[in-house]
Amino acid sequence: MTDTVPGPSDRPGTVTSGRRQLTRRQEFERRQRRRSATIAAASTAIVVGALVIFVPLTPGWDKVRKSFFDGELFNDSFPRLLDAFVKNLQIFAWSTPFILLIGMLLAIFRNVRTPALFPLRLFAAAYTDIFRGVPVILTILLIGFGVPGLGLDRPYNSPYLWGSVALVLAYSAYVAEVFRAGIESVHESQRAGARSLGLSSSQTMRHVIVPQAVRRVIPPLMNDMVSLQKDVALVSLIGPIEILRQAGIDKSKFANFTPYVAAAVIFLVLTIPETRFVDWLTARERRRTSGTAVR
Amino acid sequence: MIPKLQLIDVRKSFGSRVVLDGVSIDVADREVVAFVGASGSGKSTLLRCVNLLEPIDDGQVVVDDVDISVPGLPVDPIRRRIGMVFQSFNLFPHMNVLKNLSLAPRKVLGVSRSEAENTARELLERLGLGDRADAYPDQLSGGQQQRVAIARSLAMSPEILLLDEITSALDPELVGEVLDVVRELKGGGMTMLIVTHEMAFAREIADRVCFLHQGQIAEMAPPDKFFSSPENERTRQFLQRVIESGRF
Repeated sequence: MTDTVPGPSDRPGTVTSGRRQLTRRQEFERRQRRRSATIAAASTAIVVGALVIFVPLTPGWDKVRKSFFDGELFNDSFPRLLDAFVKNLQIFAWSTPFILLIGMLLAIFRNVRTPALFPLRLFAAAYTDIFRGVPVILTILLIGFGVPGLGLDRPYNSPYLWGSVALVLAYSAYVAEVFRAGIESVHESQRAGARSLGLSSSQTMRHVIVPQAVRRVIPPLMNDMVSLQKDVALVSLIGPIEILRQAGIDKSKFANFTPYVAAAVIFLVLTIPETRFVDWLTARERRRTSGTAVR
Repeated sequence: MIPKLQLIDVRKSFGSRVVLDGVSIDVADREVVAFVGASGSGKSTLLRCVNLLEPIDDGQVVVDDVDISVPGLPVDPIRRRIGMVFQSFNLFPHMNVLKNLSLAPRKVLGVSRSEAENTARELLERLGLGDRADAYPDQLSGGQQQRVAIARSLAMSPEILLLDEITSALDPELVGEVLDVVRELKGGGMTMLIVTHEMAFAREIADRVCFLHQGQIAEMAPPDKFFSSPENERTRQFLQRVIESGRF
């Protein structure tokens, strides 16, 4: 043995390139990455280029551009739409806590095993079957026009109220299914562990099963919340002037579809970061659960 | 003297498969009984029946001269007197070690939080885990997790402890630290029923060894006799196979 420390290039299978010294494997992977990036860039350029060149060549392009992408009108209606969008956010904000609460209760009711509470189980099953099976838009129309038709007095005939109630009914059914899947995904051995310590079945549910279930379903739950944010626009059908309704008013006033495009842009600014965040959460959860097996 | 635990002609089937076919045994206070046998012989089911995680089809489970297997009897007060430790630990992954240990004493026995946590810390100290109170289960080695699981059972001050293959999921070098805990418990006079594949350990720690075969006790004897001169042909064959596989 000599006194000098052998460098990495002294090891067999090592390639010296530039200033950094990479192993053969790293060298190979770097070439592969460059190759993939080049191919991806080229194919994207071809597809986008074709769209930019060929779509304007279609016979109706001029008309479509004028009635969907009118820059001036876009700027004119954008602030009004943004104002109306606050309504959407409000409806979303006050509906969400009710949806989560009712969804969780329904999920727990469906897991109840006590015979005396069988009616609760039956109710929860029927509720989720009905509201999951009917399109949200129909629920909104039926509740939104049906209940105020009972002749209720002023604050209680508000379309905001009944539109929100309809959303809560529909979405609590979806969310209940998400929670139920979470509860059922907690392994039976957790229940055995808790019950063997003398915890009752409801204590086991509350302290052991539900906390684990909720953690697991946060990504799918947030997906449902993104959907809800979009579906709030359906409430426009029964009266409230929220963003979609406002866009419709502007469309009729100017005989131009650009306000719809502007509304779409407002939704996207919110929903794209949200869905990316959910993707990131899901990926992190997957890494976490598959990387910690200590057995 | 009244036995601590009696199983009287216990029977259990899953569908048409008979798992326990009339098991009877008396376990004295402070006695340690080891159950050995091939997989599927009913060892684990037997333990699960003792603390009523599985309801038995027929027979009786008697603790301190009281039949606890009467159908319809509330099971939670019984379970808190009989601790159980599982092969797969079954720790609560969303709670740290201290919470794992103090949950049941607080919720079931109504002990105050500070008192439950003090008891938990003392237990952890005793089991050599004093510095891991704030760790989460997935930050611990298998051996540490299993010792936490034992501590979690002990936090309820059980009168009987059921150990179900508690070293089977562990790497060989981690088995020793868990067995040391069981040795200490025996020293403290804990009544234990142990299902195990560690024959050397069964021989060392058990007062009696039980060989289960097809849901029945085929042989029951003090360890020296059981391992050196078994009477039953099945026991001899079983021990022969264990020796050939290098596990004893």
